Amino acid sequence: MTIAGGFALAGVSFAYGETQALAELDISLAPGRFYGIVGPNGCGKTTFLDLLTGAKSPDRGSVSFGNRPVAEYRRRDLARMVALVPQDFGIDFSFTVQEVVLMGRHPHIGRFASPGLEDWRQVDAAMAAIGISHFQDRFVNELSGGEKQRVVVARALAQQTPYLLFDEATSSLDVQYTMQIFNVAKRLVQEEGRTVIAVIHNLNLAAAYCDELIFMQKGHVAACGPTDTVLEAGTIKKVFGVESRVAFDEFSKTRQISFRYWS
Amino acid sequence: MRQSGYTIWLLTLSLAAATFGAIVYATGMGHIVVPGGDILRVIAARVTANPALLAGIDPVIPFVVFDVRLPRILTATLVGGGLAMSGVIYQGILLNPLADPYTLGVSSGAAFGAALALVANLSMMGHFSVPLFAFTGAALTLLVVLYLSSFNGQISANTLILSGVIVGAILAAGISFLKYLADEQVAVIIFWLMGSFASRTWMDVGVVTAALFCGLLLSLFYARDLNILSLGNRSADTLGVESTRVRWILLLSASMVTAVCVSVSGIIGFIGLIVPHLMRFLVGPDNRKLLPVSVLAGALLLLVADTVTRAVLPVEVPIGVLTALIGGPFFCVIFRRRQRRAI
Repeated sequence: MTIAGGFALAGVSFAYGETQALAELDISLAPGRFYGIVGPNGCGKTTFLDLLTGAKSPDRGSVSFGNRPVAEYRRRDLARMVALVPQDFGIDFSFTVQEVVLMGRHPHIGRFASPGLEDWRQVDAAMAAIGISHFQDRFVNELSGGEKQRVVVARALAQQTPYLLFDEATSSLDVQYTMQIFNVAKRLVQEEGRTVIAVIHNLNLAAAYCDELIFMQKGHVAACGPTDTVLEAGTIKKVFGVESRVAFDEFSKTRQISFRYWS
Repeated sequence: MRQSGYTIWLLTLSLAAATFGAIVYATGMGHIVVPGGDILRVIAARVTANPALLAGIDPVIPFVVFDVRLPRILTATLVGGGLAMSGVIYQGILLNPLADPYTLGVSSGAAFGAALALVANLSMMGHFSVPLFAFTGAALTLLVVLYLSSFNGQISANTLILSGVIVGAILAAGISFLKYLADEQVAVIIFWLMGSFASRTWMDVGVVTAALFCGLLLSLFYARDLNILSLGNRSADTLGVESTRVRWILLLSASMVTAVCVSVSGIIGFIGLIVPHLMRFLVGPDNRKLLPVSVLAGALLLLVADTVTRAVLPVEVPIGVLTALIGGPFFCVIFRRRQRRAI
């Protein structure tokens, strides 16, 4: 399920009008790893993901996937390899949960074909993995924010792609559901060799799940590398401007960060 | 209330049968009452070119049925279907259940274009001048309305309707100005603007059929993409939909169908709003089911409304006035319900 080569960005810049979102970005993302993208609000994380999905094209530089420019892929072909769980999900129409998860199979179903056995199997498996099967017949426009977000994750899982991008996918979920989703993602990386690239605001969550961290700051990569080496108080101070202490935590068996919240 | 797959097929078939029945029944209604059997014989005689079938029928009947009533009735039916189809597409793409050719100002744009062609007596493309000008007006209006209501690539639901109303008001002033310029032609424009199916010809039937057929074919081809577009642009892109391209193709085909409808019938509001709403309630938001069902229901509704103005009411009320009188309050109810949900 892996694509040799993964993603490679070379000299990538992107601006919204006058505002530079990404500047001279050089980075490559290898397959089979769990990447965390962290950084302050507005540092270009979402734009970064949009470049990977081909939703945006760089002003300068190149974004390639499997040694081919992303722009050369047909959307449908790319959608069979890269899935995105977006941050916001508004829908005004009364599709059922199951119908929305089935939309994740869109790139795999021919234009005039009906969903086959395999499609339904993937839809059921995705809903079961995220634990939403019991409300599969409810209308998505009547769900709570957290329930909607889990539906979107299930939809991306049903897409069965070797690459999964999360854009703050657990921002409106409580700790139980957050862990459930990240556990599923982690298993996909470890057991099936898939690649997860997740924008994460909660640094402890990033520390617990990610193999590699990319610290972004004002459109640049401030630091990147294996979580164990790159996650340190100095980097956090430089990127977020806050004091912290990073230490191995016996209970969670991961490196965890403590902050001095107020004094 | 949502129906299952089997009942949706049944609903589609019954709507088709009801529309066909209504066409035959409505053709019989009017000053001269014609029995259903005679109508079918007249049609059969024309289609098979076999005058023997007309034996025993008053010679004026074939004329009334075939040259006066059928073109009008079929035009009304097709226009109803076309407006409902455009409504489904606009609502699906703009993610806004209040969007329809009328509230977006697209109908007014088409009317302005068509009025311009009428006043200036433009006939360089023969019978197609008015529809062509109407389409140009409709497409330009849509672009202006979308431009006015979008900020940073996002279109907000309420500013969209607001922009539609503003642009519609400007176009209404423009149309008044054209009326002022039109001099003795003014009556033609006024009556046409109010919406009417009186004195339609087989040519009109042909033009609307062609537009509706192309529009429906295109929208059914992209119906599943349209479903996915309702998840938002970013999601649609990563699910393999060429969202920008699909969006433009569908918006332009809906505008083309609207323009052709307006050019043959004037402004008929709210059909594109009411019908998709009611049908979504019955069959759900899946556009593959919603589109055919809405086309049929829109056809049936406008046919019934036109027959009421033609053959039931003591004086012929312009059809556009009738649909606005019924559709306006309906719009208020939906608007109110949405506001309450948003709070």
